[in-house]
Amino acid sequence: MYELAYDLIIILLKIFAILIPLMTAVAYLTYAERRLIGFMQVRIGPNRVGFFGFRMFGLGQPIADAVKLMFKEIVMPAEANRYLFVIAPILAIAPALAAWAVVPFGDGLVLADINAGLLYILALTSLGVYGVIIAGWASNSKYAFLGAMRSAAQIVSYEIAMGFALVGVLMAAHSLNLREIVLQQSGGFWHWYWLPLLPLFMVYLISGVAETNRAPFDVAEGESEIVAGFHVEYSGMLFAVFFLAEYANIILISMLTVLMFWGGWLSPFEGIPLLGAATAWIPGIFWLVMKTFFFMFCFLWFRATFPRYRYDQIMRLGWKVLIPVTIVWLVVLAVAIVAKLPPWFG
Amino acid sequence: MSGLTHFIKSMTLWELLKGMRLTGRYLFVRKITIQYPEEKTPISNRFRGLHALRRYQNGEERCIACKLCEAVCPALAITIDSEEREDGTRRTTRYDIDLFKCIFCGFCEEACPVDSIVETQIYEYHFENRGEQIMTKEKLLAIGDKYEEQIAAARTADARYR
Repeated sequence: MYELAYDLIIILLKIFAILIPLMTAVAYLTYAERRLIGFMQVRIGPNRVGFFGFRMFGLGQPIADAVKLMFKEIVMPAEANRYLFVIAPILAIAPALAAWAVVPFGDGLVLADINAGLLYILALTSLGVYGVIIAGWASNSKYAFLGAMRSAAQIVSYEIAMGFALVGVLMAAHSLNLREIVLQQSGGFWHWYWLPLLPLFMVYLISGVAETNRAPFDVAEGESEIVAGFHVEYSGMLFAVFFLAEYANIILISMLTVLMFWGGWLSPFEGIPLLGAATAWIPGIFWLVMKTFFFMFCFLWFRATFPRYRYDQIMRLGWKVLIPVTIVWLVVLAVAIVAKLPPWFG
Repeated sequence: MSGLTHFIKSMTLWELLKGMRLTGRYLFVRKITIQYPEEKTPISNRFRGLHALRRYQNGEERCIACKLCEAVCPALAITIDSEEREDGTRRTTRYDIDLFKCIFCGFCEEACPVDSIVETQIYEYHFENRGEQIMTKEKLLAIGDKYEEQIAAARTADARYR
C-alpha cells in the first residue's frame, strides 16, 4: 500500500520536473518569438516589462501576459455548445503535454520507457487536432468553423507524410522505443539519421510545421483572412490554453526531430579524435536542449520569412510532393538496409 | 532542361533557403526603432500641432476678429464672437477651437492676415474632463505666450517658403 503511494508520488514529482521547465520554456518561447521576428523585421520587439523596476530586455513580458490573460473574462458565445467549448482547449493541450511521457532526455532519463514510444507519439500528436476541430464546431461561428475545416483537411494530408517519415526511422532503427532509436545513431554526427534519411527529415520538419498550424501553414488561424480561425470566440484563460498548446507542440516537434534525426542527447563531437574527448564531460541533456533550441529557432525563422501558403498549394504539397518523396525514399532506404550500407546499416 | 533545373531547385528548397538567408541577415542589421518617450523624431518647422494665439511685441493681441479662419475652417471647429473695444478697434470676445472637430489642416494659419492663429509643434497633450477639448481664447493666448519663442523661431526658419 505504502509502496504504491510512494511510486505515485515519485511519478508525480517526475511529471512536475518535466512540466515546470516545459511551461517556462513555452512562456519564453512566446517572448523569443516576438523578439526574434521583431529583429528580423528591423524592429526591437517587447523590451520594457522587467522585474522590480529593471527592464532586463523585456524578460517580464510573458509573465505579464500570463497574468493579464488569467484575469480576463471568459466570454461564452450565446449560441455556443458550452461543454464542448470548454473541453476543446483541454483536448488541445492534453496530447501536447502527454506526449512528453515517452521523450527521453538522456540515456534512462525518461518518464515511461515503453517499447511503442514512436507509435504513442504518432497517436498523440494527431489527437491535438480534435481540440481545434471541436473548438471550431462549438464556437458556432462562421470563421471558427472555416478554420476548423481547414485544419482538419490539412492535418489529414500531412499526417500521412509524417507517418511515412517515421516509418523510415523505424526501418533504420529496428525499434519503436525512442531511447533505442537514439542509441542506434551513436558513433558521431555522420551516424545520425539526418544523413541517410535526409528527405524524410525534411518531410518530417515540413509536416511538423503544418501539424502545429504554424506559418507558413497557418491557414487554420489565418489572422489576415479568417480573423483568428478556430479560436476567434475564445478569450481569457481558455484562449491562453490554446496558445500554450501551440507552443508546447512546437517544442515537442522540435525535440522529436532532434531525437529521431539529430541523435538526441548524443554529443556532436563524438567520434572526433581530440574534440570528442575534450567535450565528453558535458551532459547529454545539454546537447539535446541545444539542438532543440535550434529547431525552435527555425520555427520562428520560418514564420518571419515565408508568406502563408494558399489552401490548394498546401494540398498539392502534401499529397503530390511530400508523400511521393517519402515513398520513393522508403524504397531507397530498404535497398540500403538490405545491402547493409556502411556506416549506418553495416 | 529548364524542367530539370526547376525540379532540382524545388527539391533542394533553393528559393526558401534564399529567403531565409535574407531574414537571417536582417536579424543582425541595426534596428531603426525610435524608443518614444526617451527618443523622439525630429519635427518639421511646418509641423501642425496644438493651436495658439500670438501677440505683438508690445503685448497687444494680434487677432482682429476678421473671421477668415472661421470661414475657411473645413471642419467648422472655430467659433468667433467679436465687438468694438473702447479704443475703437474690433476684437474677439470669444475664440473657441473644438479640438475634437479640428483636423489640423493648417488652413486657419494660412488664412490669418496678421499671423495670429498658429499651429505649434506641441503634440503631447491630453484631456481629462469633458469640455476641456474646447480651446478658449484665454487658453490659446496662454499657449502663445508660453511658446512664443519656439513659434517665432519656426516661422523665421521657414520664412523663405511662406
